[in-house]
Amino acid sequence: MNAAIFSALFAHWRCNPLQLITLLAGLAVGTALWSGVQAINAEARASYDAAAATLGEGMYGQITAQDGAPIPQQTYIALRRAGWNVSPIVEGKLGSVRLVGIDPLTAPGGIGPVSVGSGADLAAFLSGAGQIFARADTLLHLPVTGLQGIATPEVAPNTAITDIGLAQRLLGKGDQIDRLLVAPEQPLTRRPLAEVAPDLIETDAQGSNDVARLTDSFHLNLTAFGLLSFAVGLFIVHGAIGLAFEQRRAMVRTLRALGVPLRRLIGLMVVELAVLALVAGVIGVALGYGVAAALLPDVAATLRGLYGADVSGQLALRPVWWLSGLAIAMGGTVVAAAGALWSLARMPLLASAQPRAWAMARRQGRFVAVSLGLLAVAAGIAVWGHGLMAGFILLGALLIGGALALPPLLGLVLRLGEGWARGPVAQWFWADSRQQLPGLSLALMALLLAMAANVGVSTMVSSFRLTFTSFLDQRLASELYVSASTAEQAAAITALAPTRADAVLPILSIDQQIAGLPAEIYGARDHATYRDNWQLLRAVPNAWEALAQGGGVLINEQLFRRAGLDLGAEVTIAPGVSLPVLGIYGDYGNPVGQVIVTEAVFRRQFPAVVALRFGLRINPAQVAALRAGLRDQGGVTDSAMVDQASIKALSLEVFERTFTVTTALNILTLAVAGFAILMSLLTLAAMRLPQLAPVWALGLTRRRLAALDLLRAMVLAALTGALALPLGLALAWALLAVVNVEAFGWRLPMYLFPLDYLRLGGLALLAAALAALWPAWRLSRMPPARLLGVFRHER
Amino acid sequence: MLLTLREVTKTYPGAEAPVLRGVSFDLAAGEMLALTGESGSGKSTLLHLVGGLDTADSGVVAIEGTDLTLLDDADRAALRRGTAGVIFQQFNLIPSLTVAANIAFQARLARRHDPKRAQVLSGRLGLTEHLHKYPEQLSGGQQQRVAIARTLAPQPKLVLADEPTGNLDEATADTVFALLCELVSETGAGLILVTHSERLAGRMRRRLHLRAGQLT
Amino acid sequence: MNVKALIVALCLPLPALAQGFAGLGTDAEEFAQPAPATVLQFPADHGAHPAFRIEWWYLTANLTGPDGTPYGLQWTLFRSALAPHDGQGWQTPQLWMGHAAVTTPKAHFVAERLARGGIGQAGVQAAPFSAWIDDWAMEGQDLERLRLTASGRDFAYDVGLDATGPLVLHGQNGYSVKSAAGQASHYYSQPFFQVSGNLTLPDGTIPVTGRAWLDREWSSQPLAQDQTGWDWFSLSFDSGDKLMGFVLRGTKDFTAATWIAADGSATALPDGAFVAVPLARRAVAGREVPVEWRVRLAERGVDVTVQALNPEAWMATSVPYWEGPVRIFGSHAGLGYLEMTGYDD
Repeated sequence: MNAAIFSALFAHWRCNPLQLITLLAGLAVGTALWSGVQAINAEARASYDAAAATLGEGMYGQITAQDGAPIPQQTYIALRRAGWNVSPIVEGKLGSVRLVGIDPLTAPGGIGPVSVGSGADLAAFLSGAGQIFARADTLLHLPVTGLQGIATPEVAPNTAITDIGLAQRLLGKGDQIDRLLVAPEQPLTRRPLAEVAPDLIETDAQGSNDVARLTDSFHLNLTAFGLLSFAVGLFIVHGAIGLAFEQRRAMVRTLRALGVPLRRLIGLMVVELAVLALVAGVIGVALGYGVAAALLPDVAATLRGLYGADVSGQLALRPVWWLSGLAIAMGGTVVAAAGALWSLARMPLLASAQPRAWAMARRQGRFVAVSLGLLAVAAGIAVWGHGLMAGFILLGALLIGGALALPPLLGLVLRLGEGWARGPVAQWFWADSRQQLPGLSLALMALLLAMAANVGVSTMVSSFRLTFTSFLDQRLASELYVSASTAEQAAAITALAPTRADAVLPILSIDQQIAGLPAEIYGARDHATYRDNWQLLRAVPNAWEALAQGGGVLINEQLFRRAGLDLGAEVTIAPGVSLPVLGIYGDYGNPVGQVIVTEAVFRRQFPAVVALRFGLRINPAQVAALRAGLRDQGGVTDSAMVDQASIKALSLEVFERTFTVTTALNILTLAVAGFAILMSLLTLAAMRLPQLAPVWALGLTRRRLAALDLLRAMVLAALTGALALPLGLALAWALLAVVNVEAFGWRLPMYLFPLDYLRLGGLALLAAALAALWPAWRLSRMPPARLLGVFRHER
Repeated sequence: MLLTLREVTKTYPGAEAPVLRGVSFDLAAGEMLALTGESGSGKSTLLHLVGGLDTADSGVVAIEGTDLTLLDDADRAALRRGTAGVIFQQFNLIPSLTVAANIAFQARLARRHDPKRAQVLSGRLGLTEHLHKYPEQLSGGQQQRVAIARTLAPQPKLVLADEPTGNLDEATADTVFALLCELVSETGAGLILVTHSERLAGRMRRRLHLRAGQLT
Repeated sequence: MNVKALIVALCLPLPALAQGFAGLGTDAEEFAQPAPATVLQFPADHGAHPAFRIEWWYLTANLTGPDGTPYGLQWTLFRSALAPHDGQGWQTPQLWMGHAAVTTPKAHFVAERLARGGIGQAGVQAAPFSAWIDDWAMEGQDLERLRLTASGRDFAYDVGLDATGPLVLHGQNGYSVKSAAGQASHYYSQPFFQVSGNLTLPDGTIPVTGRAWLDREWSSQPLAQDQTGWDWFSLSFDSGDKLMGFVLRGTKDFTAATWIAADGSATALPDGAFVAVPLARRAVAGREVPVEWRVRLAERGVDVTVQALNPEAWMATSVPYWEGPVRIFGSHAGLGYLEMTGYDD
């Protein structure tokens, strides 16, 4: 019996291959974009984790020499013998690769390749004969050492791990250690560090992975993109399944009349859908792998440039990833099919078997109500909401509410168009567009979401770029930055620079707790550079004058938001010393709070701090000469000097890579939406003949009808685009003003980019036109007999 | 002569036998003709050829001396707009337009829209109170009346009706048929009525019978 | 292969793992094998024997607090060689593992340390005697008077040891046979230590006194292939006599024992003389472990029940095993230590 039912069910797909393709392709493409983005995120996260795991960065406290000098091995032994559970690390460059030497016997849990699993033979690792662990691509970059290279994806990119003894030999470090990891578990009794090794300092574990935290915003963008793409795909699938079920109502009725129990029928349909979802999921995951592999090098470059995070440019196939890709394809199908199955389950045996595809129009009233409700929720959260979760609910409510509002709004616009139309063809054009709306609305919603996402994300990314570059302009006002490695060198620079530079601005800083939060205090010299370039988000009148007179402090936005320090609030910078907040400045990308006081106040409170960094003001044309002078006469190495122009060039280059990724994803999501339109139009093409045939019979050529169809698709896309713009801007606002503030502590100002939106609109029109082209072409070539068939067939 | 057919032959792509084989006849202006035959005998096809909806493989289909087989797609569309109006058994109307808009549609396409005439036609056909409704809100008989009004509004020279009452009950069919004949004869147009109803065909002055694509 | 599994394999060559690693030593040079003719030399033999694959300095103590509460104490330093030679620096093939534990009637505290030889982090020198790993040490001029220290996350101890009797050589002048097939080790003990010092536990520092037993053993393959583990008893009777006995579990169990009279004179007993039968098992750390035994040595009239002071004395270390203080009733009364290996699944 099951086989018979299945053959009946599958006959539908055989007769409607287009629906089958729509279903599979929609699901596959949605899954592909989602899982592609997930693969990129997973790869990046794995890289961060590998970095943290192999190097212990952030996960464990560390002991280093105060001046960054190497630690004698004897000091390590002395610490161990004093009860300190520490593990030595030696690191350095071997060719272009970062070589890290570890001692697997004392390394805290999970660090190094000895926990990697099969292939790691501890005896061989320890023997000194030589094993070196790295990613396959890193191994290729290692100089020839005669060591046994072992490829493993668990090591951080561009990093090689070997035994500490071997690393010391390869790096020429003798009995030296670079730093010690402090295990979280320490014995009950141990002698104080100051007693055992007075020149070493211990820093606490940072609790979380810094790189991961810094790059979160970037991954958040990618994830949002992936989710939206998947939602777009789901709209397609929902449409295809809905249509297929509508069209199979007659068959379901017949099968039930023949004695097939409803429960079994629905069960088999679920099985059928599961099989289709699995097929589409496999295709989607494969496509997603391709998307990720294509985008990963640019993502990796962006992350390296923006945050200094090493991410592998090579993609690993992780089971968790492809399994979750399949799961989301299945889940998406369930979501998309639930409504159809439910209505099928409730269908009375003798109900009309007529397809009810057009009945959707009657549901519009409900759409309007739900849409208004969701938009009201979004508005409510925007005004009263708090927390990251609220931010995400806001995004979701905004998007779904906006999408549901689309059909009624379009209907309204088309009705207006019909009212204004004069000629009979124009009148029919608008009326017919309105009639087609229910069949196209899912695809148009997909287009709306894709465009809104594009507007939102590109506004956010571009705003970030604009803010960040102008912030760099403010911050990097000096033409040349010089770092001294010692106090003597600093003195030499202060002596030498004034004769060559227009101004020397020492940068004094100290880490301090402010209002119970980790923060930095900076001492700034009273100079026009700051007054002219720095823009304060908020300030009291004459803030710079008051700052120069030591009458207050400037704080960054993070501190303002986290500690609630508004203008006029007192900030305690040292015991017993409190100064009022004069102004608040933007400080994008900085995880901690910051306070600026004038140089005199800083030197009075922290006399021990010596300025080791200097900003030098000079005519940009003379930067090269100044560099040469400092190098030759001040003994400052080239790497200790950075000129403003190259920092800016570097950061702009990084942004370009970011845009490459964003643009690629933009085009992919638009392509998905275009595909949705194509599939809807192809599906509608067959159903629309009864509408088209009379018009044709009354004297419109097929060519004219086709041209009108093409025009209709573009008009609908243009209208959708016009509605997507405000939705996208609302999305951008939510991302910038709500999600960013909650996630990172600073609010990015929002800028508008009309030309970008125009270009995006053009792209959307192009997508719609491309999607409509084929169905229109088919219409223009349709044999008259098929049109006449409408009048002839008994229906 | 309003309509001239000479040796018209038509075979559908993929079909084994021709649907029309050497059909020839003439129709004068104001003449009314019933075309009968079995299902599949080619009567609808013949009507479509005359209406410029499809093209003959060979032979001549000429309206007022213009051979339709020599016209291009656009000219045939123009013919459908103003010269030859077709009424089908069903699906005549444009579902997205109101009754009024449907009635005016063809005349406006042909740039011969005369609101007064449309009003008169609506009145004669009993549609006045339905003008703002949509086709799906009308009964079958009413829909066919709208189709008749729409076809006659631009005052075509030739009216082609393909089983216009085939979907209607007998009483309604009689009324619709009577109205059609009455209105067509008032305009002096020619009428070809395709039907398999002997009752209706018997009321027409001239009859042609098709069997397997040939006139008998 | 991870570091822990490897150390398990090296330190306790249980059959399955030992087979997997049988080739490890033969790759390079051969490890030295115990020989019956070897005459132990002191103090030299208190030190390490790098040519042998495994070796340990194993001290257990039964202690009493001021309120009469019984405590157990363990200090063990294992040496495990990847190759039969010593060396300086990180490249040495000598690996060291320390285990320390304190057992109370209600709690069991464990700590573990790993180190490489050759860099000074761990090692043993014979005279003046010093065995150490990190901050743990057993040190003194000779084996007569030692200071013993160790610390873990939640405990520490610092006690003095004074020998009140002679060294005891097991088996045939310290050549101790472990199977019918002839596997053997060099094995001697100092079972006559008086202990006094302090235990530091989460609740505070406790002064303790009692008796301790030091075992020294080295070998290269002490178990036969079919042997899955052992149950080792060191029993001190109130009479002053002592009994060391073990059961090596295999296809056919192999037992050996040494009767140590109060004056230190030792008698080696052949396979089968010493009989130990589990009386009660208990689920400990997910395994069924016998924590109560009937021990018999017919020719000395010993028929006693040996019962764990704290059944939960599980050593959850890289090499998991059970090690804890026991009480003795029956024909003789007294205190002792029990070690049970090979119960890890």
